[in-house]
Amino acid sequence: MLTREEAKKIIDKVLSYAKADETAVSLSGGRTGNIRYARNSVSTSGESDNMSLAITAVYGKRSGTATINEFDDASLEKTVRRAEEIARLAPENPEYMPMLGPQKYLDTNTYAESTAKIDPEYRAKAAFDSIDPCRQKNLTAAGYLEDSTGFSAIGNSKGLFGYNRSTGVEFSITVRTADGLGSGYAARDVNDTSKLSTKAATEVAMQKALASSSARALEPGKYTVILEPTASVELLQNMMGSMDARNADEGRSFLSKKGGGTRLGEKLFDERVNIITDPMNAELPLSPFGGGGGRFGGGGSDGRPQEKVAWIENGVVKNMYYSRYWADKKGVKAIPSPGGIIMAGGTQSLADLIKSTDKGILVTRLWYIRAVDPQTLLYTGLTRDGTFYIENGQIKFPVKNFRFNESPVIMLNNLEALGKPVRAGGHLIPPMKIRDFTFTSLSDAV
Amino acid sequence: MNRRDFTNILGMGTAGLMLPSLPAFSRTVAPEALLETGVDVATKKRLADAAMNAAKSRGATYTDVRIGRYLNQFVVTREDKVQNIVNTESYGVGVRVIADGCWGFAAVVDARSEADTAKAAEKAVAIAKANARLMKEPVQLAPQKGYGEVSWKAPITKNAFEVPIKEKVDLLMEVNGAALKNGANYVNSVLFMVNEQKYFASTDGTYADQDIHRMWPLFTVTAIDPKTGKFETRQSLSAPMGMGYEYLQANPSDKITGITTRYNKGYDMLEDVTAAAKQARAKHAAKSVEAGKYDLVLDPSHLWLTIHESVGHPLELDRVLGYEANFAGTSFATLDKWKSKNFNYGSKLVNLVADKTQVGSLGAVGYDDEGVKCKQWDLVKDGTLVNYQAIRDQVHIIGENESQGCCYADSWSSVQFQRMANVSLAAGKTPLSVQQMIKDVKKGIYIIGDGSFSIDQQRYNFQFGGQLFYEIKNGEIAGMLKDVAYQSNTQEFWNSCAAVCDEKDYRLGGSFFDGKGQPPQSSAVSHGSSTTRFNGVNVINTARKI
Repeated sequence: MLTREEAKKIIDKVLSYAKADETAVSLSGGRTGNIRYARNSVSTSGESDNMSLAITAVYGKRSGTATINEFDDASLEKTVRRAEEIARLAPENPEYMPMLGPQKYLDTNTYAESTAKIDPEYRAKAAFDSIDPCRQKNLTAAGYLEDSTGFSAIGNSKGLFGYNRSTGVEFSITVRTADGLGSGYAARDVNDTSKLSTKAATEVAMQKALASSSARALEPGKYTVILEPTASVELLQNMMGSMDARNADEGRSFLSKKGGGTRLGEKLFDERVNIITDPMNAELPLSPFGGGGGRFGGGGSDGRPQEKVAWIENGVVKNMYYSRYWADKKGVKAIPSPGGIIMAGGTQSLADLIKSTDKGILVTRLWYIRAVDPQTLLYTGLTRDGTFYIENGQIKFPVKNFRFNESPVIMLNNLEALGKPVRAGGHLIPPMKIRDFTFTSLSDAV
Repeated sequence: MNRRDFTNILGMGTAGLMLPSLPAFSRTVAPEALLETGVDVATKKRLADAAMNAAKSRGATYTDVRIGRYLNQFVVTREDKVQNIVNTESYGVGVRVIADGCWGFAAVVDARSEADTAKAAEKAVAIAKANARLMKEPVQLAPQKGYGEVSWKAPITKNAFEVPIKEKVDLLMEVNGAALKNGANYVNSVLFMVNEQKYFASTDGTYADQDIHRMWPLFTVTAIDPKTGKFETRQSLSAPMGMGYEYLQANPSDKITGITTRYNKGYDMLEDVTAAAKQARAKHAAKSVEAGKYDLVLDPSHLWLTIHESVGHPLELDRVLGYEANFAGTSFATLDKWKSKNFNYGSKLVNLVADKTQVGSLGAVGYDDEGVKCKQWDLVKDGTLVNYQAIRDQVHIIGENESQGCCYADSWSSVQFQRMANVSLAAGKTPLSVQQMIKDVKKGIYIIGDGSFSIDQQRYNFQFGGQLFYEIKNGEIAGMLKDVAYQSNTQEFWNSCAAVCDEKDYRLGGSFFDGKGQPPQSSAVSHGSSTTRFNGVNVINTARKI
């Protein structure tokens, strides 16, 4: 883990050796640790530290990248020369964009000391807190916790410099009944591990496992569903990942317009749908530089600042994301692709949404989601680990899992109600009540 | 490399440039570096012995050492532009031990000295001892004889890294040009080449040096209809193969002609992209399928993925036992079904075989990642479930006393675990051609190429799409269909298997990115079959309006 000053010193050193027209440097590193368990017993655990430096040299429109994980002066200089050699031999990239000059980055709060302090004992305790209550109730736990603490720094020969440090923890738990007839799931992700209780999350999964045992079969068809955030998050993430402007302009996106152009400015969703990204959000802080990135927000970043962006406002498509080349060609601002998305919701809890439902199905999780038709964003997948029938405002009985075929665009038009957003899978998503959600077949899977 | 890292590399050209998000511990290198020889065998043996001695002196009862050098090259293009050329190398050593009855693992990047590997071994022992406190029962490792100093090399004839980048770029530019000339608006094409140089040593007395090569040429063409605002795509019908650059040299005997040309052990990329561009264009005029029951005739370029999902995965013993419950899931094929000796996985025609030796396949190696000599074994025989895929610490559970040899780690830095072997459907025993098969079908759909795929966490209910769909009416192909996906249940589907073409039609398909585990690891695996008929399968129409 390097400080801002230490990272800047290495980047400046690299740039002092550079002879190419333009040179960019990315330095990132940190520690990741994990613990995995199944059948109420720890199966693997590990920890690794890594730091690596990547140098990109550019001559005209030819670029080359070399990477290294040694940081003495001789190694740095050698790597600069190697990047320059690779660049000279590379074919020209007609879409190459000159590097950015100095940028102003937001000071986002992605780092928590509590997470940086995680050690093997912490992980063992987190696993024990999850396994022990399951053992006591004759249930079987399988779970995984992964934590990361690291930094990312970028710089270039035009004076750009950025530094960010971040921490993160992801935890997921599947609890199954001893007879294999019930299964429950919960997942949490936080920057600050003091906000994580593996015990509390496991209790949710235990309750779902016990309640989902001996599910009944319902006919497939169109149902009102309540999607918990762990169920809807991947569909929404896939939709946001399809908002590339170039694909839309080229006619190969759900945002392409018949006869050419894009559907920017059109109302495609229910007016209660509002989706933004905001690196400064206290619940979901993001790396201040955009344009792609690896685990610590570095990697593929081209140095563009991440700012607050409204993607969908009152159901209207307000923004799409651009490569710098395509934005330049179109003469628009080059908004980088979104990180964690924030979908606005209401004040109702999940329990409130259930209470207000005459007939419907509560979905804990959707699984094995794959694109069926990119034109309509039709996806298929299955419910999993806790699917329940609701009648007259109450959960009546567990139901067998369904396969769905549905588009998030159609789903966000069939909106009935939104609850209070919670963090799920690196996003902030409200529980949603949706009518006419399409289930096409039944599954015996538990 | 996993699917996400790969997508990242493909997307880099469009993201503008800066730095690739590479798999952990990889570095980019010049193309020439891919031809340099790595550490020599004598040095590898010394490094391995140092680790094994260090582990033993700290109390390990078993140790294995994997010294790996992993090389990748990608050439990524669209239309008339090279978007990216990436060469990566990763080298390091992973040491796995049993101490106090428990597994421990540690890895070290760029290990050059005996002190480096000894230190990793000591760390692995310390981790094993710490984890032993949480262990329920000690590891039971099936006995394995040592083979001494042995080696295995993939039987390639042309190392892809010896072919100059310029030649590869020229090929892809020609491919892209042909696509645009024949009706495509856009084309993305890629060459993806892999060399794994792996050395395995264990305290059982095996020192195995192996050289594995893989090759995958692929493309997607897109055709847009400005009148309707719709777009259609067609992906390449190539398979990723355990081959060198010779895969791109197609002989006439490698081509299976018919409604469209398909390929066996040689791929004609230019011919396929020409057909693809025309077919993507033709899809606009294709009839939207009427939902209902159809007899399906599935080409090997499609069926491999159905085999992968509905046979390969459910018959992995670690899934059956619950070790993957939190991520990939468990399995419907429980031990009681196997013990009954009469569980009808499929019809009498269904023979499913696991094989780590098949020439040209992605899974073929001489020895697996725990030093077991690779072999072939039956999973489903004449329709009945007879076995699983299991490794050394699992086989006692199914009453076997030796491992089936299907242990794999995707890097020296990952711990090895049970992975899918090549799982294939045996060819039919009586002579039967595709034409003869189609002649018997009254109402059917002929599907070529893999598309969308999804299956539940116990591998019962699945849905598959494809690349090309043709309607069969009264024994004749009646034209192209679109918006097709079929849904079924694994046991019902394999029991509806009504005919399997003979070995002349047998071909491999496969994937570079079979994902499993937390943190996830990727494995490359092939699945062979001949064209196969399944009766009365439920087909849905996937067209929607937004």
